[in-house]
Amino acid sequence: MSAPSRPLAIAAVVATAVPLVAASLVIGGGYTWSDVLAGDGDGGLVLLASRVPRTLALLLAGAGLAVSGILMQMIARNRFVEPSTAGTVESAGLGILLTLLFMPGAPVVVRMTVAAGVALAGSALFLTLVGRLPLGSALMVPLIGIMLGGIFDAATGFLAYRFDLMQSMGAFGSGDFSIVLRGRYEFLWVIAALVAAAYATAARFTILGMGEAVATGVGLDYRRLVVFGLAIVSVVTAAVVVTVGAVPFVGLIVPNVVSLVLGDDLRKTLPVVAAGGGLLVLASDVAGRLIIAPYEIPVGTIMGVVGSLGFLMLIFGRRHAA
Amino acid sequence: MIEIDRVSKRYGDAAVVDDVSLTIPAGGVVAIVGPNGAGKSTLLSIVGRLIKADAGRVRIDDLDVATTPGRELARRLSVMRQENHVVARLTVRDLIAFGRFPHNRGRPNRDDADRVAEAIAFVGLTAEADRFLDQLSGGQRQRAFVAMTLAQDADYALFDEPLNNLDIHHAVALMRLFRRMGEQPGKTVVIVLHDLNVAATYADRVVVLKNGRVAGDGPPAEVIDQRLLSEVFRVDGDVLEIDGRRVITVAR
Repeated sequence: MSAPSRPLAIAAVVATAVPLVAASLVIGGGYTWSDVLAGDGDGGLVLLASRVPRTLALLLAGAGLAVSGILMQMIARNRFVEPSTAGTVESAGLGILLTLLFMPGAPVVVRMTVAAGVALAGSALFLTLVGRLPLGSALMVPLIGIMLGGIFDAATGFLAYRFDLMQSMGAFGSGDFSIVLRGRYEFLWVIAALVAAAYATAARFTILGMGEAVATGVGLDYRRLVVFGLAIVSVVTAAVVVTVGAVPFVGLIVPNVVSLVLGDDLRKTLPVVAAGGGLLVLASDVAGRLIIAPYEIPVGTIMGVVGSLGFLMLIFGRRHAA
Repeated sequence: MIEIDRVSKRYGDAAVVDDVSLTIPAGGVVAIVGPNGAGKSTLLSIVGRLIKADAGRVRIDDLDVATTPGRELARRLSVMRQENHVVARLTVRDLIAFGRFPHNRGRPNRDDADRVAEAIAFVGLTAEADRFLDQLSGGQRQRAFVAMTLAQDADYALFDEPLNNLDIHHAVALMRLFRRMGEQPGKTVVIVLHDLNVAATYADRVVVLKNGRVAGDGPPAEVIDQRLLSEVFRVDGDVLEIDGRRVITVAR
């Protein structure tokens, strides 16, 4: 396959986005489009206070996680790495617990900042580990990340149990967008800014995927760029976990599918990765609202199932390419 | 001019590069040869500022490689390493276009596109230009990385064992390409090689390393001799002269 077709990808994104967004704006709102347009009942209010924020939150979180995934893959130079297989999500959770312990009344900004800081430290520790250990196979890299995440999780669980915070921490476990209302998700807009920053530096991150020697050879400051990338990933992850909880595997599946079709020149593909991530999370959430309606399955659970299947397929399909 | 001034690098107790001083004037093709573990690649990586020396310093046209900003240096000096594990799935053209990064910082213009096309043609990959790297053979990939260096258009181009994985046809094609590069005004090509015959055939100058020290330095006709074979490489063999070129044959 050659000459990847970007217009086709854009057409596919638009064709998927329009019906999905329309569906997300009405499903579970207890109204129909004609109610809203006619001004009947509370439809308009529900739409603006709940459905619009929820849809935006889904798109932002998905886009941010998918972009985080591709950045991690370029930084770690491994196809199987993303925030939930690199200890990033779990260290963000540990950060949240620390704020609950030491600053129980702290505003969301503080909570997110601490979570992002701990996530940055956790991901840096992960990179240091995979850099030091002799790795026989590309599959060892995510395994180490998952183990490291398990250790962070265990520490969080122990502390939460010890200090009676299990219930408060439960909210951050599995991504759930049913709690999103106007006034409670706006923090996710920071993701839009970070995705824009990643896009502005897309050429540099592509070069990062060619390794330290090539990056240094063309005059980039390798370490500074790695730290910059990890900072984007950590803040995005922390913002998502603090606002709606963890959504695994988005950063794994979307970048890998885009890579197979369009390649990895991030100057061209990053917008597609972002759009794909947003739409995948949106689709999972719409499905979660439909499967056992009027109840909901959290998007974190759906992505856990879909994502682990996708992860397995990737492992079998790209073992050699990684 | 590349000035290597009392450079050392140790790993644990072993001195891989041991107090090496060397001056490489601008122009031509310079081969660095030596037995395995002589420190050739390490020295090249230090010159290419991929590894920091423990002692001494390297200057490229009076710029200290350890302190000059990477961007400035990247326009004077390019490095191609032995192993190029690229996780990014790029087309040949994309990869080579990134060689222009020091000049355009990721925003290519028409001039960049021309130079990239030129580099692609130079290494004979025009037909493969829009294919992904993972769809190429090892030799084609190797040439794509060489073309990336060409596109970078630095005054000094360093190559670490660029002939690995290449059959004789492609090895010869690549060495001819290096000669053409080295014959352009103001361009210097420094290549780590392990094949003495290749060095004797294509290099203007041969630098011999052994145990991290310089064990010989000069034109092939002066450096490649019986003593080099027996003392440095520890092989039985003969050095013949055919058409004015040194050729090595080894005893069975």
